Amino acid sequence: MASKNSSNESEKDVKILDGTRRDFLKQSTLLTAIALTPAPLVRAAENGWDEKIAAVYEKVPLNIEVNGVKHQLSVEPRATLLDLLREQLDLTGTKKGCDHGQCGACTVHVDGHRINSCLTLGVMVSGKKITTIEGLAKGDQLHPMQEAFLKHDGFQCGYCTPGQIMSAVACIREGHANSETEIREYMSGNICRCGAYPNIVNAIQEVKDGGQTV
Amino acid sequence: MESKTLNKPSSSDGLKRIDGHLKVTGGARYSAEFNVAGLTYGVLVGSTITHGTIKSIDTRKAAAAPGVLAVITHLNCPKVPGYQTTTPSAKGPLKIFFDNKILYNGQPVALVIANTFERALYASSLVTALYSAEKHHTKLTDNLSKAFSPHDDNEYKRGVPDAWKAAPVKLEQEYLLPSEVHNSMEPHAIIARWDADDKITVWDKTQGVKDTQNSIAQTFKIPVENVQVNSKFVGGAFGNALQVWPHEFAAIIGAKVVKRPVKLILSRADMFTSVGYRPHTWQKIGIGATVDGKLVGISHQAVGQTSAYEDFAEGPADVSRQLYACPNVSTSNKIVSLNVGSPVWMRGPGPATGTFALESAIDELSYALKIDPIELRMRNYAETDPESGKPFSGKFLNEAYKLGADNIGWSNRSPKPGSVKKDGWLVGYGMSGGVFGADREPATVRATMMADGMLVLQTAVSDIGPGTGTAMVSIASETMGIPTGKIRFDMGDSSLPPAPQQGGSTITSSVGSAVYLACNDLKEKFHQLTGDNGNQPDYIQILKQHNLQKLEVTTASKAGAEVDKYAMYSWSVHFVVVHVNPATGVVKLDKVTCVADSGRIISPKTARSQIIGGAIMGIGMALMEEAVIDHRYGRVVNGNLADYHVPVNADIPQIEALFVNKPDFNINPIGAKGMGEIALIGMAAAVANAVYNATGKRVRNLPITPDKLV
Ligand code: FES
Ligand code: FES
Repeated sequence: MASKNSSNESEKDVKILDGTRRDFLKQSTLLTAIALTPAPLVRAAENGWDEKIAAVYEKVPLNIEVNGVKHQLSVEPRATLLDLLREQLDLTGTKKGCDHGQCGACTVHVDGHRINSCLTLGVMVSGKKITTIEGLAKGDQLHPMQEAFLKHDGFQCGYCTPGQIMSAVACIREGHANSETEIREYMSGNICRCGAYPNIVNAIQEVKDGGQTV
Repeated sequence: MESKTLNKPSSSDGLKRIDGHLKVTGGARYSAEFNVAGLTYGVLVGSTITHGTIKSIDTRKAAAAPGVLAVITHLNCPKVPGYQTTTPSAKGPLKIFFDNKILYNGQPVALVIANTFERALYASSLVTALYSAEKHHTKLTDNLSKAFSPHDDNEYKRGVPDAWKAAPVKLEQEYLLPSEVHNSMEPHAIIARWDADDKITVWDKTQGVKDTQNSIAQTFKIPVENVQVNSKFVGGAFGNALQVWPHEFAAIIGAKVVKRPVKLILSRADMFTSVGYRPHTWQKIGIGATVDGKLVGISHQAVGQTSAYEDFAEGPADVSRQLYACPNVSTSNKIVSLNVGSPVWMRGPGPATGTFALESAIDELSYALKIDPIELRMRNYAETDPESGKPFSGKFLNEAYKLGADNIGWSNRSPKPGSVKKDGWLVGYGMSGGVFGADREPATVRATMMADGMLVLQTAVSDIGPGTGTAMVSIASETMGIPTGKIRFDMGDSSLPPAPQQGGSTITSSVGSAVYLACNDLKEKFHQLTGDNGNQPDYIQILKQHNLQKLEVTTASKAGAEVDKYAMYSWSVHFVVVHVNPATGVVKLDKVTCVADSGRIISPKTARSQIIGGAIMGIGMALMEEAVIDHRYGRVVNGNLADYHVPVNADIPQIEALFVNKPDFNINPIGAKGMGEIALIGMAAAVANAVYNATGKRVRNLPITPDKLV
C-alpha cells in the first residue's frame, strides 16, 4: 500500500515531486529525443498531455537471454527484473515475497550468480544470461537440487522454494556448502515461513556429498 | 486400517509430495500468477492517520497519470449491496470505501487501477488526503481497564475459583505476548474478473474456497453458483486467509468499475495491517499446589486486543480448563477495542498464547516445589477431560513425555538454574506440553474410477502447505489397493463437492475420512457389479466388461455420535536445549525434540515437515517475533521482513519429530487427528523454561531478546 502524507505541507511536496518529474521528462527523455520528435508532440507536451506522450518515450529497448531464450524487449526503466519476468514473460516461478530484498523468494541467477531480482532493474541486466527456476532442469530431467528437495521435503507451501533452490545451487557453486553450519549461514537470505530449514539443509548436503556438477 | 510403527521418520522417509514436482520446477501457479486476458493492476493507498475522518481526498493527479483507468475512494465507490443491509453501528468486518471513517493506521482509502503495475504504483503515490484526526488508542496495557467479555461463555469456573490462594505453595504472575504476524511468504493476492453482471471468477489466496465463494455471493448479492473461486496453490497462510478481507472486495469492486480483470497483491507492509495477526495479549495466572505437587487451583485471566470494529477473541485462558486434573479453576477471556486492524486466527490460536502462560507457571511451580517438571505434570495427569468429565477419545500424552525426554536426554538436565556451562555458554533444558481440540467437520468427496485405471478424487479443499493431497492420495491408495501414481487429487476449486476451510487442524480428519469412505463406497460399487465381495477388484477389467467409461460415487461424511461421548484433543510435547551467552544474552538452540500424540500418522514425510515447521514458528514466537506500534502515531513501525524477525536457516538446528502414532478410531474411521496447531503450541514456553534453566532468569514478556537476559 502506498502511503501519502496528508497535511498541506505534503500537498506541496507532491507538487514539487511531480514538477521535478515533469521537468526531468522534458529535459531528458523528451528533449534528447526532440530531434526525432514531430512538432505536434512537443506542443502536446506543452499542453499538459506530456505524461501520456512521455510514456511512449519512457520505454527503453532491452536484450536479455532467459533460460536460453533470447528476448528483445521494450521496458520501462523502473520495472524490476522480478516484475519483468513475472508480468511480461509469464515466468511466474520466480516469486515476490517482499519486493525489498529481505526474503530471497525472487532469487535468480545472472550469469551464474545468485541475485535478488526484486532489487535489480530489468535494464541492469542488459546483455546478460538469466536463469530462473523454470530453466534449471534439463528437459524432463530435474536438476539434482530439485530431486534432493523432493526427496527431503525441502518445502511445504512451495512459495519460497524456487528462491531456495536457486540459492542452494549457487551456495554449492560458491563453495559455501562445506558444513551444516556454513550452509545455514549462506542460506539465511532465503526465508521459509513454513519452516523447512532442516530439510533444506539435508537436501543441500546430499547434493554436495553426491559430488555432481551443479 | 492398520497402524504403522513409524515413530521417528527422517526427511527422506515416506511418499514424496504429489504436487512436489510442480513446486520445485516453478510450475505451481499461486493466485497472482494467472495470465488472464486484459489484466489490470490495482494498488491500495493507506490512511496516514490512526483514528478520525477523511476531510477530502484528491485523486486528480493520480487519475491523470499515464495508464490509470480508475481511482476508487469512498466518494465514488459503487454501492456494495451487502454493505447496505446491516445497521450502521453494528460491528463486523471493515467495509472498504464505505464511508469517511478511519479506524486504524494504514486503512485503505483509495484503490488506483492502471494497465501496468509500475503505473498503478506510481499513480498511487499521487493520491493525497486531508484528515481530521481524533485521539487514538493503540496501547493494550494502557487500556486494560476497558476490557470486556464479548461472549457469555468467556467466563468459566469450576470448584472454588480462588482456592489456589490458600494452597501451601503458590505463585501469581503476569505474562505479555506481543502481536505476531503470520507473514506467509506469499503475500495476499487476488485476480477478480466479472464474467457477466452477476457472475464472477476469482483467483484468490484462501484457506477455504467454499467460504470465500459464499462470502462474495452474499456481499455482492449474486447467486452462489455464479461465483467461481480458484485457489490451486496457496503460499502459506497460517490463518491469514481464513476470512475474506476488504482488499479482496476492493479488487472485485475495481474489476466492476474498469470492466476488466484486476490483479491486486498486498505489499509486505500491508500484510502487517490488513490481514490479521495474533493479538497482543496480557495474561495473569494464579496457581497453587500441595507440597507434594498436587494442583489445588488455577486462575487464568487473559485480555487481548481487537479492533474498534470487530470483537475478535481467541480464548487463550481456556487451556487452563483442559490441560491438568485440577479441581478448582477459573478462567476469563476479555478483549479491548483499540485503533488497530482486526486480529485473526494464527496457528494454534488461543492455546498458543495460553500455554505460554500456563506452562511457564507450571515450570516455575516445579522449581518452587523442587519436583522435576515432567514429574509434576504426571502428578496432575488428566485421565478424563477435567472440563466435561468425559473420557478422552484417545490420549497418550504420558508416552509422549517419555519419548521426548529420552530423545533429548532429559536426565542430563540440572535442576539448579544457571549451573551448567559449556564452552563459555550457559546450558539449559526446558519442556512444555500443548493441546488443541480435535475436530471433524462435514466433507464430501467425489471419487471416480476412469477406464484407464486412474482414480480421480475431488473436493473443494485448499492446501496452504501441509500436503493435503499427499495425505489423501495415501489414504486412497491403501483403501483402493492401487499405487499412488494412479490417483489424482483435485481441489482448490469452489465448483467441487464441499469441504471445510483448512484451519483448526481438521482437514486430515474431515476430508481424509471422506476420502476413505468414498473409496469404500466406490469399491463396493465394483463389488456389486461383479457380485464378488472378497477379492481386490480389477477396476480396468470390470469397467471394460460392463462397457463403462467410468464409475463414480459422491460420499458425504460428518462426525458421528462419538462427539458427544468423548472429549477429543491432539497433544504435543516440546523439548529444547538452549545455549545462552552470559555476556551478550544471545540464545542459541542446541537441540529441539517435538512429540505429537495426534492419532495415526497418514503421511510420515509431510507430517514430520508440519511438526518441524510449527516448531520453528514457535521458536520465532519465543525469541524474535514482535509487531511494534509507535503509539505516538499508532503506526506499525517494523512492517517488513528486515525489522520484523522470523527465524532464518541459521537460527534453526536439526529438529527431531517423534510420533506416538496410535490411532484414534473414536474420532474417525482413519484414526488420524490434526497436528498443524500442536506443532507450535507450547514451543514458546519450552524455550522460556530452558532459558530459565540456563540462566535463572524467568522471562514472561515475549520475545526473549538478548536485552532481557543481560
Ligand atoms: S522478493 Fe526479492 S527479496 Fe523478497
Ligand atoms: S515452503 Fe512455504 S515458505 Fe517455504
